[in-house]
Amino acid sequence: MGVRISVTVNGTIREHEVEPRLLLVQFLREVLTLTGTHVGCDTSSCGACTVLVDGQAVKSCTMLAVQADGADITTIEGLASNGELHPIQKGFKEKHGLQCGFCTPGMILTAWQILDRNPNPSDDEIRHGLEGNYCRCTGYDNIVKSVKYAAGEKG
Amino acid sequence: MTSVVGQSIKRVEDKRFITGKGNYTDDIVIPGMTFACVIRSPYAHANIKKINSTDAAAAAGVVAVLTGAQMQEDGIAGLPAGWQVDFKNGDTMLEPPHPPLAVGKVRHVGDSVVVVIAETLAQAKDAAELVKIDYEVLDAVVDVVAATKSGAPQLHADVPNNIPFDWELGDKEKTDSAMSKAAHVTTLEYRNQRIIPNAIEPRCAIGHYEEAREHYTLYTSSQNPHVIRLLMCAFVMGIPEHKVRVVSPDVGGGFGSKIFHYAEEVIVSWSSKRIGRPVKWTGERSDSFVTDAHGRDHVTKAELGLDSDGKMLALRVDTHANMGAYFSTFAPCIPTYLYGTLLQGVYTTPAVHVNVTAAFTNTTPVDAVRGAGRPEATFVLERLADQAAHEMGIDPAELRRRNLIPPFDGVEQPGYETQVALVYDSGNYEAVLDKALDMAGYDDLRKRQEEARKEGRYIGIGLSTYIEACGIAPSAVVGALGARAGLYESASVRVQPTGKVSVYTGSHSHGQGHDTTFAQLVSGNLGIPMDDIEIIHGDTDQVPFGMGTYGSRSLAVGGSAISISCEKIKEKGAKIAAHLLEASEADLEYADAKWTVKGTDKSIGFADVSLTAYVPHNYPEGLEPGLEFTSFYDPANFTFPYGAHIAVVEVCPDTGVVKVERYIAADDMGNIVNPMIVDGQVHGGITHGIGQALLEGAVYDDDGQLTNGSYMDYAMPRADDVPTFETARTVTPCPHNPLGVKGAGETGTIGSTPAIVNAVIDALWPLGVRHIEMPLTPQKVWQAIQAATN
Repeated sequence: MGVRISVTVNGTIREHEVEPRLLLVQFLREVLTLTGTHVGCDTSSCGACTVLVDGQAVKSCTMLAVQADGADITTIEGLASNGELHPIQKGFKEKHGLQCGFCTPGMILTAWQILDRNPNPSDDEIRHGLEGNYCRCTGYDNIVKSVKYAAGEKG
Repeated sequence: MTSVVGQSIKRVEDKRFITGKGNYTDDIVIPGMTFACVIRSPYAHANIKKINSTDAAAAAGVVAVLTGAQMQEDGIAGLPAGWQVDFKNGDTMLEPPHPPLAVGKVRHVGDSVVVVIAETLAQAKDAAELVKIDYEVLDAVVDVVAATKSGAPQLHADVPNNIPFDWELGDKEKTDSAMSKAAHVTTLEYRNQRIIPNAIEPRCAIGHYEEAREHYTLYTSSQNPHVIRLLMCAFVMGIPEHKVRVVSPDVGGGFGSKIFHYAEEVIVSWSSKRIGRPVKWTGERSDSFVTDAHGRDHVTKAELGLDSDGKMLALRVDTHANMGAYFSTFAPCIPTYLYGTLLQGVYTTPAVHVNVTAAFTNTTPVDAVRGAGRPEATFVLERLADQAAHEMGIDPAELRRRNLIPPFDGVEQPGYETQVALVYDSGNYEAVLDKALDMAGYDDLRKRQEEARKEGRYIGIGLSTYIEACGIAPSAVVGALGARAGLYESASVRVQPTGKVSVYTGSHSHGQGHDTTFAQLVSGNLGIPMDDIEIIHGDTDQVPFGMGTYGSRSLAVGGSAISISCEKIKEKGAKIAAHLLEASEADLEYADAKWTVKGTDKSIGFADVSLTAYVPHNYPEGLEPGLEFTSFYDPANFTFPYGAHIAVVEVCPDTGVVKVERYIAADDMGNIVNPMIVDGQVHGGITHGIGQALLEGAVYDDDGQLTNGSYMDYAMPRADDVPTFETARTVTPCPHNPLGVKGAGETGTIGSTPAIVNAVIDALWPLGVRHIEMPLTPQKVWQAIQAATN
């Protein structure tokens, strides 16, 4: 039996009937076709599926779609506004914070939370904040620089 | 216009990735698509007695349940090895069958057995639970040395002692003789542990057979779609290549693991034809751990003989290389031609001999992982060099300096011929060592180390002066060495009528930034803006042919092919320009995207010539219309990037925790097209190598179960495990390719693993610690300290 949910995603109310076992990441990718959110593991370890749920960075593979009923969700597709890239997105481009791009949406939304909690983080604080997200390409150095860049832009 | 070549141009491809608009294989949806769940063996070694899929076939949404027997009935063959390494005695390599779905027997945990296809993935997974497979469990062997012993479980009927080939290189007699005369012999016996590649995007494949045009399309997360098409068509499925299109769209990291032809690519293509609908398979991380080809897994005894001044006299290496349960695509060449051939390093050692014994075990197949053979070779040499220096009381930098090959540019001075079959292209190894030592402030570091020791703190300084081989070629040579493919690259440069340029390259980008680097090359060559250039790759219907991206070959081989096509464009363009300008071709010069009659102000622009090529009303007689060239570039030799890396670590003697304080990488990759991208490649490579040194390693139990097959259990570097990297370069151009480039994708991995291990041993040497097996986890380091001090 499906369960009816109503979720605000990137500013638009989306109402769907979903299987109770459907994960939030599957809801986003398969039902709403927002494929910018990625699945990199099955143990909530890699962070590729990170989205913002009511302003908190959440690994969307750890949450059922039905648990998101009533929530306000931002995915990577919703971060830029009016065609203007978010400072974190700009930072990743300016500082070469991505290579294959697969972990990038999760990194960017995790970075959003790091800066939301601490607008001027040190390198160590950024590295600590990124601990839940794997990147196999960049060695993290330029991701740290990207987040710093964004902090400067926002500040 | 200033050339963009050599500039840190921001990446063209970034916009789609930072806005969530990348297009990875799993993002693709085809109308009518079904979903596959592959049931895998839970046992490392077992006979399949019976498969009962009656209940599964009747379950909700199930479209088909298929087995290896059905695949065999349809004439599908096994996955082939792409490289043949024959026995030392000349006997042919033993290549046992590798069926995409197991038939009769499974040989590793994760071996594919049954595919369940359903309307939804959830239904396929539910139904998979209903398939009953009776296994007769057999004894397993996971250790490569144990596998070769008498009485070991035998994996394949026709491979006695599990040994498919053995191999040697170098002069054994000369090496033995030189070794016997050495004043000092340093010996190391160790395991270069098995690592699991773990690209963050799990593999994915979609098969789509269209009956009406008897045509297959395979979307797959591959580093080389043309090679997949060739292998699948010619060797596995027996289908004509012109009826198959392979597309590799955005790919979320490869690191070698996505070079190979995998069972699932065959499964989805074959089953799509059987059921008449598209079939998608998306790997979960647990699939990745047991099916993506693993890397390394060598057991090695290595001896380095030196004279009393620390001059290297002889190197003798004996390695057992674990192949896993079957040959993965390039497996045989990794511990041989990409390993033994690199054992000269940057040293003048006059006698080198290596012996390799390959063996099958009940584990996931082993193949290329970032560096592939070269990290293993560098580990042998650089651990030995450091160890010898410590044993002989010579500074590790000084010992290396005494043994470095003198500078040569490969033009005025010939290439350097090694004892192990290679001719290095160009190098100034001392210059890069000096640069690294200078960046590190080496002498001060040693003083600081001394002072810290007095305070009971253990700082270690580890060096690694590596060399590697990239852009593997030329085809005729690799063919003679057993490659079953050519190793050239193709590029088509198509000038559109308006003067915009489409470049079709056989290289594949999965993070390397080809959309940017290749556009820089073309812009630099033709003088047109980067915005006027589009790079197209990853589609066999668009790109004429390609060998793909691995072995740091894209720029050296693929980039060279692009440059050659650009030269041909300019050559033909000059004929058109000469006609339009009513001048002789010889009187023209090309600069800033226009042809000018020398010494005059008469000129015509690139776009006008392009338009004329397609609207040839006023056109040179006998010249074909159009402006497009395809080139196949087959290099004259490998390229040989090299460098000197220095790691500074602090080891906590109470906990065994290793903290990487600094990491210095001075590299020489020849000419550089985009320094920002090269730095990024180096950073990622170093981190991968640090992962092997400190964190990573597959752990199999005696029954062949992978006990750390998830991200909860297998540790990879996270952001706070690595420092900020200090990188710099010297530039010694490659003399034999048109760009003078060498390759940057793997240097970090190759240099860093021994640098880190050397640093830890350097830190703990005064305590009596001489060697610790990788990964150097706190537990192992602590145990080594206890063993040495108690």
